[in-house]
Amino acid sequence: MSFPPPLSGGACPGLDPGGWEEKAAASPSPPPPAPLPQGEGEGTSAFRLRIVDLRSRLAGPFNLELPAGECLAITGPSGSGKSLCLRMIADLDASEGDVLLDGAHRLSFSAPAWRRKVVYNAAEPGWWHERVSEHFRGGILEFARTMLPRLALAAELLGSDIVRLSTGERQRMALIRALALQSPVLLLDEPTGALDQDSTDLVEVVLRERLAAGTTILMVTHSAAQAERLARRHLRMENRRLVPT
Amino acid sequence: MMPILLTPSDLAIAAVLIVLDAGLSLALRLALHTQLIWAAVRMVVQLVLVGFVLRLVFSMASPLATLAVILAMVAVAGSEVAARPEQRLGRFGNYAVGASAVAFATFLTAILALTTAIRPQPWYDARYAIPFAGIILGNVLNSGSLALDSLLGGVVRERLAIEAQLALGASYGQAMRGLIRTSVRRALLPIINQMSAAGVVTLPGIMTGQILAGMDPMEAAKYQILLMFLLSGGSGLAAVTVVYLAAMRLTDDRQRLRIDRLSAKARG
Repeated sequence: MSFPPPLSGGACPGLDPGGWEEKAAASPSPPPPAPLPQGEGEGTSAFRLRIVDLRSRLAGPFNLELPAGECLAITGPSGSGKSLCLRMIADLDASEGDVLLDGAHRLSFSAPAWRRKVVYNAAEPGWWHERVSEHFRGGILEFARTMLPRLALAAELLGSDIVRLSTGERQRMALIRALALQSPVLLLDEPTGALDQDSTDLVEVVLRERLAAGTTILMVTHSAAQAERLARRHLRMENRRLVPT
Repeated sequence: MMPILLTPSDLAIAAVLIVLDAGLSLALRLALHTQLIWAAVRMVVQLVLVGFVLRLVFSMASPLATLAVILAMVAVAGSEVAARPEQRLGRFGNYAVGASAVAFATFLTAILALTTAIRPQPWYDARYAIPFAGIILGNVLNSGSLALDSLLGGVVRERLAIEAQLALGASYGQAMRGLIRTSVRRALLPIINQMSAAGVVTLPGIMTGQILAGMDPMEAAKYQILLMFLLSGGSGLAAVTVVYLAAMRLTDDRQRLRIDRLSAKARG
């Protein structure tokens, strides 16, 4: 088990990949992943994300196959297991079964490396520094600066304290944080839950760009209209199982 | 120079003060007299018993008996550390963490003091080993329970922040670093306060005791200085051990935050 070194060492982690202890294959800001061919080819790697019999005491089993650039929307009542499902895929909750990224088993990645590629963005974002900008380190701060206006956020917000942000502002900031990793898979838990229609539209434009660039998105949403707009497939969570709509 | 020995009648005269307190409680309707008398009786019985046990152990001059007494003290201190936090680690985790950290910090510090600074013959002489272990334990208990309470409470309070970092690819160690730091820091504040106030605000207990027992104040001060170093060393060791052991129990081989291994203390 890898465990923290004694209390020496630098400040708390921002998002600077150079600071990770893992042997991360990371330049600060890799370009968005290229789209994979979407053919019906044999073999696992035709799918960006394959979820095989993923289950825990609390939810599942889940079976899903998603090619690159596809968006799957999951709707369903509160407490039906939508967040659990995303958390299991990101390996934040213990689960059995397998998840494969471009044909590679998740256990072949270290847990942090897996979570950098299969990024979970929680419905209620967490913050570990006082100021907004401290959560964006290195090249990621540049990325955040370019994203702010696109999501109708003022540039000055970077310099303010987290507690001064509105819920909607925090939600968009957290989304930028997740997008900054340029991961091949995004697991978005109600990414526009706290946003008005204008901001929601802006977020959807950005997400559509990511889809076009080949990112695979699993999205929990309460809005059937949003599922309709973004997703090619739409499943319902009922009693901790995924069922067709 | 011999200390002035107390006779039972000396104690009886002082006990009048307790009776006076009880009378005040009755007169002012504080409803404290029962508790007060009861606590006084308990105190007398406990201390007389300890006196007897120590006299016995000293006369036995057996390292095994000494070890047994110290282990019993460690066990009590460990359970105190385990009992403080609002949160409980599963599978008696609080107790395992508390007892092992307290034992580790106390033995290391006490053995260091006995073999290098005090050097009684033999070094495990009960007359030195037991009082030293006792004083160190008291402080180690304090810092250990503060550290554990701070870490377990912090994990619950800052769960979103820790998991947000994990979800963005931070290692468990990185995600916990801030909390680990504040927990150790909080645990060390009392001993820092104690050191900076020593002699100015309070005359420390050991020094007072040594002076009453007839020791030269300068010699007593040296004893107290040694002790303060031991106490801060022990506190630091205990805090760090508690925090790391508890943090390790809150994760698994995939560097998750296993908050499911925590449960709130049953109130009642």
